[in-house]
Amino acid sequence: METQNIYLPYLMQIDKVSEDAPFVKTFRLKFINPEDEANFSFQTGQFGEYSVAGVGESTFCIASSPTRKGYIECTFRKAGRVTTALSDLEEGNTIGFRGPYGNVFPIDEWKGKNLLFIAGGIALPPMRSVIWNCLDLRENFKDITILYGAKSVADLVYKHELREWDERPDVKLVTTVDPGGETHDWTGEVGFVPTILDKMAPKAENTIAIVCGPPIMIKYTFPILEKCGFADEMVYTTLENRMKCGFGKCGRCNVGKTYVCKDGPVFSLKQLKQMPDEY
Amino acid sequence: MERKLLTKDSYRSLITKLIGQNYQVVAPVKKDTMIDFLKISSFDEITEDYIVTVSSAKTVAFPRNEKLFDYEKQNKKLTQQDYDFDSIPQSVLIGVRPCDAFGFHSLSSIFCWDSIDKIYTTRLERTTIIGLSCNKADDYCFCTSAKGSPGSTAGSDILLTKMTDGNYIVEIVTEKGAKLVADFSDLFTADGGADKESLLAKVAANFSVDDVLAKINSKFEDEAFWTEQAMRCIGCGACAYVCPTCACFDIQDESHGGKGHRVRCWDSCGLSLFTLHTSGHNPRENQGQRWRQRLMHKFSYMPDRLNTIGCVGCGRCSRACPVDMNIAEHCMSIIEN
Repeated sequence: METQNIYLPYLMQIDKVSEDAPFVKTFRLKFINPEDEANFSFQTGQFGEYSVAGVGESTFCIASSPTRKGYIECTFRKAGRVTTALSDLEEGNTIGFRGPYGNVFPIDEWKGKNLLFIAGGIALPPMRSVIWNCLDLRENFKDITILYGAKSVADLVYKHELREWDERPDVKLVTTVDPGGETHDWTGEVGFVPTILDKMAPKAENTIAIVCGPPIMIKYTFPILEKCGFADEMVYTTLENRMKCGFGKCGRCNVGKTYVCKDGPVFSLKQLKQMPDEY
Repeated sequence: MERKLLTKDSYRSLITKLIGQNYQVVAPVKKDTMIDFLKISSFDEITEDYIVTVSSAKTVAFPRNEKLFDYEKQNKKLTQQDYDFDSIPQSVLIGVRPCDAFGFHSLSSIFCWDSIDKIYTTRLERTTIIGLSCNKADDYCFCTSAKGSPGSTAGSDILLTKMTDGNYIVEIVTEKGAKLVADFSDLFTADGGADKESLLAKVAANFSVDDVLAKINSKFEDEAFWTEQAMRCIGCGACAYVCPTCACFDIQDESHGGKGHRVRCWDSCGLSLFTLHTSGHNPRENQGQRWRQRLMHKFSYMPDRLNTIGCVGCGRCSRACPVDMNIAEHCMSIIEN
């Protein structure tokens, strides 16, 4: 739809719903208006505002890869008012989507490098976009390693995709659950993500590390990467802060003078270290 | 700058004609004990008995609640009715103090940062601002500390300065102002050469916002300082609501049955829920951090990112504050500490 109204969402039809973990769902969304689809493009790392009419908007990343055309996907946990309403919807329902907003993972700069993805819990979705983007351009990168952990086996999201990555000879996947979160047939690691990372002792040479997870995981992961010799500009993360607009006006998401919605959400550890502790 | 003269009788004629030509005329009106900007239907509703109005003039371009679009739900289908830009009226805003007029620069810098908020810009484009110089001020006023002055033309399309005989000096500031004067050229007469400066209120420049900017970044990590600054703050958000430059907003849905609209409404960084995550995590969890955000945004982030100042020295926040926090005093304390 031709509009000058930056607040007017695209109408999206829920094409597919999958339940990825308790309270966690993934929607595959298709543009209702073919013109919108034709004009839309995004890059990995970007986010959007998803809305249920009558309830409101909620901010999350685009969890699918831009290499997969014709749809976008989002994964969310039923937690607040909007995600609860979203979670009640089914295939065929219409929701609103505004975006894409924010900056991107600089994957062009990562050509010829090893990639180490480190994710925890519900933070795999933003990373899933960049993982698939890189896997779809597999020849551009050297070794790809994914370390993913969750509280328990049930809380691991995208289980079928984890299996797919596990079976690929060109991906090394390490999964872990927090102590006590394992089941009797669990064959992965047991331990917190930073502990397992420490055990893995990844080589920093020619390697980019991408870290997404709850603040506590991130806090303990950075020092281990540092210990392994990763320079701050070789480590990336994506920040989440409460937002309403997504384009630098509503005044919520800034960390000091840095706007997560415009300057982020993707930041290198070098940038992060220059920002105040306000996220 | 071109000057003209507008007699008090011609001023009455001008306003009456504008109302007659279906302009939305918004002016300071006394309502109960408060003076605020309201739509008027007759010249007699206007008052000039104010230093500043309680709320700022920003409502004309950035109303407290703005319907962004309408929607309707039927079974699984959702339809949206886009914002009707044609519904935005041609407006004339009367009696705007120079501080308020200057405030539109700050607002515009936010609403036009990369992505243009056409709702805001169209409202402002369709508004002609007739400023009114200040012939009195009070202890809360500090425009001269914030790059303004009681007779500043910045932000106005036309600036009026009232003379002792009740007539007005007219300064034509913008093309929009010139057009309005041309449209009613018979009402404006030749400038009599009166001395504008002598008619203006005197506002002492007790500090400079540049000195606040020079100092405030180094105070960011000083938690004790911000805790002390915000000791009295009850986080009511009144300061943001009356502020001519505060633009922070919330987006909410209002629904009646299957129909409704998405609404943009004023919000405030001083409110405790402003940055609260659904997880319970809050990046600005105490009032000191929230007060720091308010001052940093106005005196550091906006100059740094948008090349403008987020405060015009109108003093409204200080007048409205229920616990008597005075922003000028807080600025001076930043400079001194």
